[in-house]
Amino acid sequence: MADLQQLNEAIIKGDANLAKSVAEQAMSEGVDPQEVLNGYMIPAMDEVGRRFENNEYFVPELLISARAMKRALEIVKPALVESGAEPVGKVAIGTVKGDLHDIGKNLVAAMLEGGGFEIIDLGVDAKPEEFVKAVQERGAQIVALSALLTTTMPSMKTTIEALKEAGLRDKAKVIIGGAPITQQYANEIGADGYSDNASGAVSVARKLVAR
Amino acid sequence: MGKAVSSFGALAVRRLEDFVYGRSPFPVTCGNGVEIGTGIVIPEVNFTLQTIDINADTWPAIRRIYTETIEGICKRAVELEVPALLVEFETLPPMTIHPPWGLEIARILSDKLRVYHEKSGLKAALRLTPNDTRDHQRPPLMRRGTYWDGMIEVFQAAPGAGADLVAIESTGGKEVCDEALTACDLRTVVFALGVLGARDMEFLWTEIVRACQGTATIPSGDTACGFANTAMVLADQRFIPKVFAAVVRVVSVPRSLVAYEVGAKGPSKDCAYEGPYMKAIAGVPISMEGKSAACAHLSHVGNVSQAVCDCWSNESVQNVRLLSASAPVVSLEQLAYDCRLMNVAARRSEDHARTLRDLLAESDAALDPQAYVLRPDVVLRLSADIIKEEGAYRRTVRAAQAAVTELNRAAKEGEVRLSDREKTWLDRLKEQADSLPESEEEMVREMLSSPCAEKFLPEEYGIPT
Repeated sequence: MADLQQLNEAIIKGDANLAKSVAEQAMSEGVDPQEVLNGYMIPAMDEVGRRFENNEYFVPELLISARAMKRALEIVKPALVESGAEPVGKVAIGTVKGDLHDIGKNLVAAMLEGGGFEIIDLGVDAKPEEFVKAVQERGAQIVALSALLTTTMPSMKTTIEALKEAGLRDKAKVIIGGAPITQQYANEIGADGYSDNASGAVSVARKLVAR
Repeated sequence: MGKAVSSFGALAVRRLEDFVYGRSPFPVTCGNGVEIGTGIVIPEVNFTLQTIDINADTWPAIRRIYTETIEGICKRAVELEVPALLVEFETLPPMTIHPPWGLEIARILSDKLRVYHEKSGLKAALRLTPNDTRDHQRPPLMRRGTYWDGMIEVFQAAPGAGADLVAIESTGGKEVCDEALTACDLRTVVFALGVLGARDMEFLWTEIVRACQGTATIPSGDTACGFANTAMVLADQRFIPKVFAAVVRVVSVPRSLVAYEVGAKGPSKDCAYEGPYMKAIAGVPISMEGKSAACAHLSHVGNVSQAVCDCWSNESVQNVRLLSASAPVVSLEQLAYDCRLMNVAARRSEDHARTLRDLLAESDAALDPQAYVLRPDVVLRLSADIIKEEGAYRRTVRAAQAAVTELNRAAKEGEVRLSDREKTWLDRLKEQADSLPESEEEMVREMLSSPCAEKFLPEEYGIPT
């Protein structure tokens, strides 16, 4: 019988091979994929996020865990799709136009994916129309914008404006982050959420899709 | 490719008593009477725009901002009787992509410095630092294309625009390094810096040196900011271990040295915290930043970074109004006072200068491994080790191994404080450092058949495939 607690611990410890093999066993035994995901896998990444925020894990450990999560998710996902389960949410994430910094963005994307979100990664220097397209054509429910420079921050506002002009502002929530970003700036430009850390971004995203 | 001016097979500074702020074996004279490395430390001030779109519509306002800001800086510099002033103008990307914009601002700043020199005797020089816009494309084109053309246009026109020095924060190898930093993957970092970075430095700085030939503009220096400072910021955010950031700092040395090997003269860029290694090895004057740069980023090397500087910088500050004055003027004042203290100590005696140097180093070095590797005696020791090898790759490998060994020893002997978590990572880094490929060819072969190969274009680094 698949030891799902072992799957949970394998993800926390970053043992991708063990995570994959327990996931395979669970699927072959017909265990409910939603139970596997929501009961053991996502809580594992929540624990990883907690350890990271408590300075028990550095980013490399977080990434190794995220990799283990991803490996297990590849096994569980087909069963999830077959059962009609939807991801927690769909996020279009990118560093805004004119900005090439992506370390923070990649971290947030990894944490969101670990939190059960489907990620559309638009990379760096992502123009407003790319985010619009992600909402329009790919059904992104959250637009996550990252900027590291004060000179590129205005692109966040421009992106929100582009969503409004396309008539999509009520179709997607916007969350923003990055070194120069503040809650005040988020309020000023009409963003729906802000976080100054990767784990926090997952919490904010969860609250926004629940609305 | 470029002809090496020197391979630096011996240290330019061999004795700790000669390794002090204000003096470098090969000083630089530039601008309106500015001497760097001849015995005094001078402030280097840099400022940038507040949040603003840069386009044709906002350009008149931007022009005004720079004009007003440099006026304020020069006025205060005269009031504080600074011995000399270095002003750095770091372009913002639109000003490098559209060179006339960047060059226009350089001319505005240069003209103002000349006016104050003629009017008030202010010794001053302008350092122009265009962006490395090649980074705007992934994988980047390093030796050709629109971004390369724009950058080189700025360098070639810099003398005519009044730039006394030119510099850059080049990014060759960064496309591979960023992910390696977050994964604490020393092997890939060594490849990024010791192979890609070093090759790009040789190519790029050969062009920059060529652009300055026959002019009074000096090709000054570069920085591993995009690598080692990224690591420093990640460590400060507790994303990666500090010991890793400290090792990356030392690993960045051979790559940064290449600029001087092909003819750069110094001072090194202010954000090149590896500058002390440049001074020790190449003898060039160095610009440094530390606590004075808290306006731009925080660090754990605020004092030690000052210990052997020749220019003392604020990195960059937004042009915003503070209670007293504009932030750039405030920065200039803070730098001016720091320099005044250092220069007074040096004027008293060389021993006084050394004492101040040692106090600056001691106040930081034991508290953080990144500060420890900037302690002057540690710099000399590691520099001597690094240059035992030949060639950037072998030197980079040696830098990694030497830094790990030094930090291990220092931790055991209580010279640097490391948490248990950091010590665990030091053990992992030792394993990584000890297993680095012996030769550049071996490393390249390995990387070309790894997922890393998708991130860079070998031909853009002169790597045969």
